[in-house]
Amino acid sequence: MTDLQRNSIGSKKSHLSQQSAHARGNAAEPALLIRPSFIVRLGFCITRVARALASIVVTIIGLLLVTFMIGRVIPVDPVLAVVGDQASPESYAAARAEMGLDQPLLVQVVMYFGKLGRGDLGTSTLTRRPIVEDIALYFPATLELATLATIFGIILGIPAGVYSAARRGRLPDHVIRIISLFGYSMPTFWLGMIGLLVLYAKLGWIAGPGRIDILYDGMVPTVTRLLLVDSLLAGNFRAFASACAHIALPSAILGYFSMAYIARMTRSFMIDQLTQDHIVAARAKGLSEGRVIWRHALGNAAVPLVTVVALSYGSLLEGSVLTETVFAWPGLGLYLTNALLSADMNAVLGATIVIGLVFLGLNLVTDAIYSWIDPRAK
Amino acid sequence: MLSLKFVGQTLVIAAVFLGPVNCWSATPTNILVMAKSLDDLITLDPAEAFEFSGTEIIGNLYDRLFEANRVGPGEPTPSLAQSWSVSEDGRSYEFLLKEGPVFENGRPVSAFDVVFSLRRSVILNKTPSFILSQLGFTKQNVGARVRAIDARRFVLETDRDYAPSLVMNILSSAMTSIVDREVVLAHEQDGDLGHEWLRSHSAGSGPFRLHRWNVGEYVMLEANHEYPNASTKIERFVIRDIREPATQRLMLIRGDIDIARDLGPDQIAALAEEPGIATWSAPQARIFYMALNQKNPILALTQVQLAIRYSIDYQNIVRHLLPGRAEVHQAFLPKGFIGALKETPFVLDTARARRLLIEAGHGKGFSIKADVRSDPLALQIAQAIQASLAEAGIVMDLQPGDGKQVLTKYRARRHDVYLGYWGPDYLDPHSNAAAFARNVNNANDAVDKTLAWRNSWEIPDITRRTDEATLVRDPSDRAEAYRKLQRSLQTNSPFIILFQERALFAMRKEVTGLEVGLTADQIRYERVSK
Repeated sequence: MTDLQRNSIGSKKSHLSQQSAHARGNAAEPALLIRPSFIVRLGFCITRVARALASIVVTIIGLLLVTFMIGRVIPVDPVLAVVGDQASPESYAAARAEMGLDQPLLVQVVMYFGKLGRGDLGTSTLTRRPIVEDIALYFPATLELATLATIFGIILGIPAGVYSAARRGRLPDHVIRIISLFGYSMPTFWLGMIGLLVLYAKLGWIAGPGRIDILYDGMVPTVTRLLLVDSLLAGNFRAFASACAHIALPSAILGYFSMAYIARMTRSFMIDQLTQDHIVAARAKGLSEGRVIWRHALGNAAVPLVTVVALSYGSLLEGSVLTETVFAWPGLGLYLTNALLSADMNAVLGATIVIGLVFLGLNLVTDAIYSWIDPRAK
Repeated sequence: MLSLKFVGQTLVIAAVFLGPVNCWSATPTNILVMAKSLDDLITLDPAEAFEFSGTEIIGNLYDRLFEANRVGPGEPTPSLAQSWSVSEDGRSYEFLLKEGPVFENGRPVSAFDVVFSLRRSVILNKTPSFILSQLGFTKQNVGARVRAIDARRFVLETDRDYAPSLVMNILSSAMTSIVDREVVLAHEQDGDLGHEWLRSHSAGSGPFRLHRWNVGEYVMLEANHEYPNASTKIERFVIRDIREPATQRLMLIRGDIDIARDLGPDQIAALAEEPGIATWSAPQARIFYMALNQKNPILALTQVQLAIRYSIDYQNIVRHLLPGRAEVHQAFLPKGFIGALKETPFVLDTARARRLLIEAGHGKGFSIKADVRSDPLALQIAQAIQASLAEAGIVMDLQPGDGKQVLTKYRARRHDVYLGYWGPDYLDPHSNAAAFARNVNNANDAVDKTLAWRNSWEIPDITRRTDEATLVRDPSDRAEAYRKLQRSLQTNSPFIILFQERALFAMRKEVTGLEVGLTADQIRYERVSK
C-alpha cells in the first residue's frame, strides 16, 4: 500500500468519524492534537491573503487583456460612437487622437494599464464621464436589486428545495419542481412584462417602472446611492415606501429566477444527503425528522449550497439587461450593454473590472463561509 | 427547531408577501411626464449635442436667432433677432436683437452673449461645429468675423456670398443656441469655455431651465416664467428614460406618464381603442434610402439602378409595414424643405425591371449583398425589398448587423448595398444636398466623406451644381436649383430614396399643445398643458 493510498484511507476514516460526531449532535468535539502557535496561525493567514490577492491581480489582468483585445478586433469604429455619423474629418481625427486610437495597440495597452495603476479607469467615450463616476451611478441600482432578489431567492429557495427533497415523489415535490422549472426556464423579460401588465397596469398593486416616484425627486440625500438605505437614513419613510413599491416586482421576478435555481440545487444536494449513512444513523438514534433534515442533512449540503447562492448572486450583480430595460432600472447591465453596442471600450473594461472583482470577492467570501461551516475546509 | 409544517406556512406567506400595496397613479396637473428612450443623451451643451434627445431638450432650454419654420417650407422666423441687413457683396450680415428676452437668472440677452455663443461653438470644434464652420469660420478668424457692435447689434461675415436663406437656416440650428456668457465663463475650467459644466447644466433664455438630470432615470425641466408666451400651467416637464416601448404603453394607460414617444405601429393601433388616449403622427425629416456602391461594376450601370428602382413595392411596404410611420418619398429633400419634390415617379413594375436588366446585359439576374441595421423595422423593410427584387431576378443577400458595425463598413466603402436612414443636420436643403450630391474627392483618403463618397460616386458636375445652389440668393430660384438636382439624381444616381419617416405620439387626451417640427430641435414643450 502506498503512502498516497494510506493517506486517502486515513482521510476517509477521519471524514467518517467527523460525520458520526455530527450525527451525534456534536456531543463530542474531536480534540485538537496540535494547537498551532499564534505566529504559525498568523503566517498561515498572511500566506492565504497574499495568495488570494495574487490570484485576484492575475485574474483581473488576464480578464482585462482578453477584453481589451476583443474590443480592438470587433468590426466597429468606436470613434463613430463619439462623433456621430456626420462629423467633420477634423472632429473625427481629433476624437480618434483623444481616445488614443492613433497609437499602436501595444502602446494603448501600456497606457491603459499605466492609468489603471493610478486608479484611473479612463473616461467613457459614450457618456464622456469618468468610468468610476459612471459605475458609481449605475452599480448601486444593480446591487440593491440583486441583493434583494438573492435574499428572496434564499428565503424561498432553500426551504422549498428542502421540503421538495423531504417529500420526494409526492405532490409537494412535483409542485415545487414545476414552479422551479417554470422560473428557471421562463425569460425574465417575459415574466417582467406579464408582472407589469397584471400587477401594475390591471390591478394597481405595485408601483410602475423606475426606482422611486418622481415626486420624491431631490428629497432623498445621496449617501450610499442605495435608495432603500438612503431614504431610511434620511428618515423619509414615504420615500422608503415608494422605493419599496418600485423594487418589489423587479426583485421578485429576479428573486423567482434565483429561487428556482437555488431550490433545484438544494433539492438535488438534499436528496444526495438523505441517502447517506449518517442520516440513517441519526434516524436510528431516534432524532426527530426535522432535526435530521435541517441539522444533519442540510448542514452537510450547506457547502455546495453556498457556492450555488454565490454564483446566483454574482450573475445577478452583473446586471440583468432585460429586466433593467423593462423596469427602467438604471443598472450596470444596461450600462454595459450600451457600452458594448457603442464600442465604448473604456466603459466595457471598467464594468469588466467591477464584475470580475464582484466574482472574486464572492469567491473569497464563499471560501470564508466554507471554513466557518465546515472546519475540514480550513 | 424548524418543522416542515412551519416551512410550508412560510412558503405560503412568502408567496403572497408582495400583497396588494394599493399603488395608484396619475401625474399632478402642474407636472407633465413624457416617456422617451434617452439612451442617446450624452450632453446638454449646445456646442456639442448632436443626438436626437440632446437637441430636442436644448431646443426647449435655449433661444436661437431664428426659429425654423414649423408650418411649412420657407425661411425661418426671427426669434432673438429683430431685424437684419445684408451688405452689397452678400458677405456681411448685421443683426439687431429684440429687447426683452432674458436668461433664466433674469439677465437680459445681449449681442455679447450671441457673439460669445457663436464663437464658442466654432472654437470648441465639437461634432456639430461644421454646421457653422461651413460659412468660412475657423478658430483663427471667428473672433474677427463675428463681433459685437453694441449690446443689441452684432456683425457676422461669411467667406462667400451665400444665399441668405442658408445663413438663416444655419442660425436656426440647435448648435447656435445662445448661452449666458457670464454664467458659462464663471464655470470655465482650464480654458474649456464652460464646456464641462454646461454638459449637465443650462444657461439659456428658453421656456425651460434644467432642474435635474439623473442619468439613466430622467431629465427634469422647470418652467421659465419670464419666457414670453410660455405656458403658465406646467411647472415641471419631466422626461423619463423608459427604453422599452411596451413599458411606456402600460405606463400611459395607467396614467404614470402623459406622453409616450417610442411606441411602434402595433402599439399605437392598440391604444387607439383605449379611452383617454389620443394617438397621432407627424412628418419627420429622416428618410430611409438604399445606396448602391459604384465600386461594384454591375451596380454602376444606369439600367441596373433603374431596374432596382422599378423592383420595389413602395406602396405595399408603407401600407403593411409602416402604417402611420412613414410615407413614400423618392427624393433626397424631405417634404417640408425648400425645393422638396412631391412626385413619386417609381412604382413596382417587374416586367420593366426585367427589360432594363436585359438591356444592361444582366438578363439572367445577379447576386448582391446588402448591409442593414438589425432593428426590426429596417429588417422588415429590407426583407420586403429582397422579395420583390427576387421577382426581377436580383438575389439580395441580407447582412444584418449592429448599427455601428454596419456604419463602419459603409464608411469604409466595403458594402454592395446599404439600407439605412439619413436625417439632415439643419433645416436647409444644402444639408442633404451636401451629403447625397457632393463628392469633392473620390480618393480613399479624401477628407470629405459624404454619402456620395461612401458609394464611390464620382460627380464633379453635380458637385459643382450643389455648391452653386448655396449661392443662389433668390429663394424661388434656389428652390428650383434643388428640384433640378433631385430630378437628375432620381434617374441617375446610386441612391434610391424610399420613404420619409413620421413620428408616432400617444398621449393622454387631456394633454394639448405639444408642437412637433421636422427635426428633433423643433419639438417644443412651452405650450403644453393638461
